[in-house]
Order: sequence, then C-alpha cells, then structure tokens
Amino acid sequence: MQLHDVWFVLIAVLWIGYFFLEGFDFGVGILTRLLARDRLERRVLINTIGPVWDGNEVWLLSAGGATFAAFPDWYATLFSGFYLPLLVILVSLIVRGVAFEYRVKRPEESWQRNWETALFWTSLIPAFLWGVAFGNIVRGVKIDQHFEYVGDVWDLFNPFALLGGLVTLTLFTFHGAVFTALKTVGEIRERARRVALWVGLVTAVLAVLFLAWAQIDRGNGRSLVAMTVAVAALVAALVANRAGREGWSFAFSGITVVAAVAMLFLTLFPNVMPSTLNADWSLTVSNASSSPYTLKIMAWCAGVATPIVMLYQGWTYWVFRKRIGTQHIATEAAH
Amino acid sequence: MNLALAPETLARWQFGITTVYHFLFVPLTISLAALTAGLQTAWVRTEKEKYLRATKFWGKLFLINIAMGVVTGIVQEFQFGMNWSAYSRFVGDVFGAPLAFEALIAFFFESTFIGLWIFGWDKLPKRLHLACIWMVSIGTILSAYFILAANSWMQHPVGYRINKVKGRAELTDFWHVLTQNTALTQAFHTLTASFLTGGAFMVGISAYHLFRKKHIRVMKTSLRLGLVTVVIAGLLTAVSGDLLGKVMFKQQPMKMAAAEALWDGQSSAPFSIFAYGDVSKGHNTVELSVPGVLSFLADDDFSSYVPGINDTNKAEQQKYGPGDYRPIIPVTFWGFRWMIGFGMASFAIGLAGLWLTRKRFMLPDHLRVGEDEVPHLVLFREKALGPTLTTWYWRIAIWTLAFPLIANSWGWIFTEMGRQPWVVYGVLRTRDAVSPGVSQGEVITSMTVFTLLYAILAVVEVKLLAKYVKAGPPELSESDLNPPTRIGGDSHDADKPMAFSY
Repeated sequence: MQLHDVWFVLIAVLWIGYFFLEGFDFGVGILTRLLARDRLERRVLINTIGPVWDGNEVWLLSAGGATFAAFPDWYATLFSGFYLPLLVILVSLIVRGVAFEYRVKRPEESWQRNWETALFWTSLIPAFLWGVAFGNIVRGVKIDQHFEYVGDVWDLFNPFALLGGLVTLTLFTFHGAVFTALKTVGEIRERARRVALWVGLVTAVLAVLFLAWAQIDRGNGRSLVAMTVAVAALVAALVANRAGREGWSFAFSGITVVAAVAMLFLTLFPNVMPSTLNADWSLTVSNASSSPYTLKIMAWCAGVATPIVMLYQGWTYWVFRKRIGTQHIATEAAH
Repeated sequence: MNLALAPETLARWQFGITTVYHFLFVPLTISLAALTAGLQTAWVRTEKEKYLRATKFWGKLFLINIAMGVVTGIVQEFQFGMNWSAYSRFVGDVFGAPLAFEALIAFFFESTFIGLWIFGWDKLPKRLHLACIWMVSIGTILSAYFILAANSWMQHPVGYRINKVKGRAELTDFWHVLTQNTALTQAFHTLTASFLTGGAFMVGISAYHLFRKKHIRVMKTSLRLGLVTVVIAGLLTAVSGDLLGKVMFKQQPMKMAAAEALWDGQSSAPFSIFAYGDVSKGHNTVELSVPGVLSFLADDDFSSYVPGINDTNKAEQQKYGPGDYRPIIPVTFWGFRWMIGFGMASFAIGLAGLWLTRKRFMLPDHLRVGEDEVPHLVLFREKALGPTLTTWYWRIAIWTLAFPLIANSWGWIFTEMGRQPWVVYGVLRTRDAVSPGVSQGEVITSMTVFTLLYAILAVVEVKLLAKYVKAGPPELSESDLNPPTRIGGDSHDADKPMAFSY
C-alpha cells in the first residue's frame, strides 16, 4: 500500500466521520418539522445536538483541508467543478450555524420561528446535496485533459446523483430519528421511534436501488461486501428500533452510514474523480496526489490527531449522555 | 458571460470581501476567548461574584461573535478550490498542509470544547469547565498560527522546490514553512493586534456602562482588564509591527516602498506622513515627511539606503521578465497609514485611560472611590478632569472599540494588495491563479450571495451584540453559584432544567 492509497483511506475516514456525525444532526434538524409538535419539542430536538453539532461539522473542514493537502487536484477540480451546489451548501452551513446560536438570543415569537425555519431548510438542503455530490464523484463527470470540469451545473443533476441525494436525505433523517429516540424521554421518544420506522423503510428501498446501481455500474468484490453490510445493518437498525433497543438501533444506523459511504469510496478507487469524457483524464490517487514528503507529514498529523479527536469528542458525548425531555428546557428566556 | 474584466478581478473582490469580513470576528474571538478564560480563572480562584458575572457577560458577547467567525471561516477553507483552482493545484502540496493541520488540530479543539463550555455549566465540575474555555483559547491561537504560516508562505515562499514535470510547488521542509521569520513575526503581530482589538472592545463597552453609571462593579473590573490589555498588546503590536516591517523591507521591498510612496531609492529615506502623487509619472506632487525615519524603520539606521518603487520595479522586470510589478500605490500607502493610525490611536486612548483611572493607592484621599462608584478620571496629582473632559474621555473610550477593527482590516488589505501582482511572491502571479473553468457569471453569483448574506448577518449580529451589551451582566442564579461536583451533572434532581439550552 503506497502513501497515496493510505491517504485515500484517510480521506474516506474523514468523510465517513462527517456523514456519521453530521448525518444525525442534519437528521435532527429535518425532524424539527417532521416530529416536533410545538416550540418546546423543537427545542428538545435542537438541544440533543446543541453541544456537539459544531464539533461534528469540523469533520467536513478536515476532509476539505486534508483533500487540499493530500490531493490538491482533487480539491481543485471538485470545488471549482461543483461550484454552484457547493455555494448553496456553504450558504446553508453559514445560516445553520448562526441559527443554532442566535435563535434563543431573543424571546420574540417571529425571531425564533424564522430561525427554526432556517434550521430545517439548512439541514435538509445539504443533506440532499452531499448525496448529489457523491453520486457525481462516483459516477464521474466531464473532466478534460487539464483536470478541469467542463460540464455545466445541470449535468450534476442526473438521475443517479439525484437518487444519491435522496438516499443521503432519507438516511440522515433516519439516523437522526434513531438518535432522537436514544437521546430523549417521553412522548417525543415514542414518536421518534415511529418516524424512524417509516423513514427507515423508505431509506431501505432508495438505498438498495442506489447502492445496487453503483455496484452494477462500477462495483467490485470489496464494494459488494460493504454494500451487503450497509443493507444488513439498515435492516438490523429497523429491527432494533421496532424492539425498542435504541442504543443498538443507533449503532446499526451508524454502521449503515459508515458502510454505505465506504462502499462508494471502494467503487471509486483507484480513481478519485473519474472523467466521463476519457478514462485517461480521470483523477486518480496517483496523478492527483501530493508529493510523498507532504503525504508523509500529513499522514503523521492525521494519524496522531484523528484518534485523539475521537477520544475527546467521544468524551463530550459521554458528558452530555443524559436524555432530554420537555421538562429540561427552561421556559423563561434563556440567557 | 464575459465582462471586460481581468479574470482575477471578481475572484479577488470576493476574496477581499469575505476575508476582511471574516477577520472582523477572528481577532475578537482570539482575544475574548483568552480574556473570558482569564475572568473565569479569577472567579474560580477568588470566588468573587463580580468575576463570574463578568465571565458570563463577556462570554455571551464572545459566543455571539465566535458563531460568525466559525461560519464565515468555512467559506475561507473552500473558496481556494472554488475560485482559485489553478492556485490550489500549484500550491496545494505546500499550502494545503498548514490548512489541514489547522483543521485537524485547532478547529476540532475549538469547536468541541466550545460546545462543552456553552452547555457545561451544570454538567462539569468548576475546574474542568474552566479548562474547556482555556482549550478553546489555545485552539484559536493555534488556528491563527497555522493559517498565518500558510499566508507567510505566500508572502515569502520557503521550504519548497518547483516540480517542472507536474508544474507545481512541492514541499521540501515543512518545519521551515512553520518557523520562518515571516511566519513568526506575522503571528506575533497578528496575535498582539488581536488582543489590542479585544482589549479595546472591553474598554469601549465598559466605558459605555460606566458613563451611564450602570453595573459599576463588574464594569470597573472589566475596564481595568481592557485597559491593561490594550496597553500591553498595543505596545507589543507596535514592536512586532516594526519587526515585521523590517522583515518585509528585505523580503518584499516593493510592498514597503509602495507603503511609503517612495518612488526613488535613497539614503536617509523619509517617513511620509501625507503624500499625493501621480502614479503614471511615478512621483509625488505633494508630500509631508520626516527625514531619516523610514531608513530607521527598515534597517535600524537613519542613514540606510531604501530602494524605491521605480528601481524595485526595474529590478523585478530584470528578474521576472517584462511587466508592471507595482501594486496599487494609493491603496498600499493609505492602507499602511490607516492601519498604524487607528491601531496606535486606540493604544494612546488606552494608555491615557490607564493613567486616568489608576489605582487607589496612587490617588489622594478625596479622589478615591468605593467599589460601587465610577472612578474619577484623575489627570494630575490632586485634580480630576472636569465634567466636559470626563464626558469626552468616556465618549472617545467608547469609540475606541471600533479603531482596532478598522486597523486590522486595513492591515490585511495593505499586506495582500501590497504583494500584487503576485499571489505567491515571486513564484505565481494572481492572474494565473484563478479557476479557468469557473465563469465570471458564477463568480458574480457567489460574490453577490455572500455579500448580501454577510450584510444581513452583520445587521443581525450588531443588533444582537447591542442588545446584550445594553442588558449588562446577568444576575447569578443558585445553580451558577453551585456548580456540579460530578461529570455529567449531579443527579439529585433528574428533571431539573438545563442551565443553558438553545
């Protein structure tokens, strides 16, 4: 295994970490509309992810930064090529971050309602667009011999990528519902389990279609294994949810996210962004990567930092391990 | 869409707008994190309630501010790829590394521990909770350091070689990139300027309350902390600025000649206070200057030779081929002056304030005040300032909170514009750095979207800050004064509302 292969794995790990973590916090954001019946319940939902969403989002920044350092051409082609969808994602993440912090800072009804609306849409839109982006990365896009994206923005919204978008959207919502069931008490918890059931079933249908399509198109033995794990874990998550085993259900929905994203990366390898115009123009782990020296330094950094990050982020989840219910939300204006 | 603009113009405007905007929040975040941590440390050590109230008050303003800093930072990380793909391909091997270090080491730190701090009041024992804000502070400083090392490489590329086959720069010595004197002095200058900014912010807001005789106990403590911060940081900003200036005179003579509108090289070069000139003819028509000072700034010697714009331009033409290697002179000239002027004005106001509000033991009996009284502003031994001058000092002290923000913005505009036409000095021109596949229409779209969004958020943020500034420090509750003893919170009442919730 060469260094650039190691880096391919590390980039995959960072994206997997991002989708695993921000996946459920996007899901919780979406559920503020689907699940909560009033403001107080919305606040319960928001507070299940309150202390952690920011740390979750940094996985994206790390994936972006690490791609820049380890695969500059991948970074350059991806972000300049997917320009407008990425702009929408960035705007969503900006508004979303501000919505979390500012919503509670004023007591007015309209102020809070507007930020709640913003929170819903800015969770839903990136949850969908990340799937579209990854659908396109796997499927390949129009890349010329200079590694420049030469398609237009509508090329990105092809059936395969749109299906990918629906899969991430529903999968994250499911993941979020399972998380909510694990983190709340009372009626919300019961409702979260019911929502998880039907969202999970929709997810299962869409995910099987999408992953099978990817597998048939460009799959290999290893990706088939990952796909099987993803589907089996999704079924297990549904069964555990039905049985009221919320911890197991969340573990399995997490494995679903991990295995599904891993499967996409496995179908991609050794490409990082295939060209649909000419296979020779595809970006690969070897032609898009940095020099061995940079990769080595970065590997040390990521190899040491990532486990430590996991430790202290894991500790955060432990500190905030208590379930939250409506009774834990102070009704007077927060300060 | 094809506009009659150079391909890099729009991308540069977007970078300028988003970066200057982002950097309004960065220095406040860096300094307020540390200052809040300092106040909380004082609370934990002394258990005086005024320190906890101050912690809560400044912590709140810090959080409103860091939210904006964090979200606008996401754009910074991705717009290299979006608008500057040619740059990203060329420098990613070198420039990407400190950026990735920043994310992996500093961002994770900052954002994880900020969550623990915000929500941890009733979940973490006192000292552990205090440690979280210090972690955030360390995270902000590390983050600044890595990004400044990356920027320093653009100012003065080191530790790399050009790979002709791949057509890119490749890292050969990462340690050199992290520790070259450009990076160290830039970090020194930026961090001290950040503390000047946070100190002035504290001075301004404390002065606002003291002027109205409100929240006196907490605000007096805050004012003193702010003033001391302004004076120490201001002094160090000047020292580090001088060091950075000397580094720049050696590494980018054009930038410094342009900063001074010094057209032709000379010995005993003067420091220009005001100049108005004709760029096309290459000379100043009106000029007011102090002889010898520029030579001293550049080289610690009043008689040293300092190269001018015209000779540096010729030298660069010989080195890099035909072309115009001059930045936009009026912007660099005035940017340099606004930076120094506003920065040092706030330092002077702080220095005056520190003297005027000096400690009790330095004052005669009749000018001493109790803990709950607004201090007299005492200029000389026996005499306080009259009512008019007192009013004016408080007013100026309130205004000073904006001065370092203006100085910071001009500082960045100066150093980035002063490096033009290069994006990586001497290695890559800005016009060769843009994304070839991105249309001007797309850049206009994103620039418009970000500008509008940022403008709206600016209004929201300023109003919110104003609301919380006016509200003053919160009263303390029972649970504030009785922090938990166990991690995860004491469990005697499972249904107790959270101390903080979104």
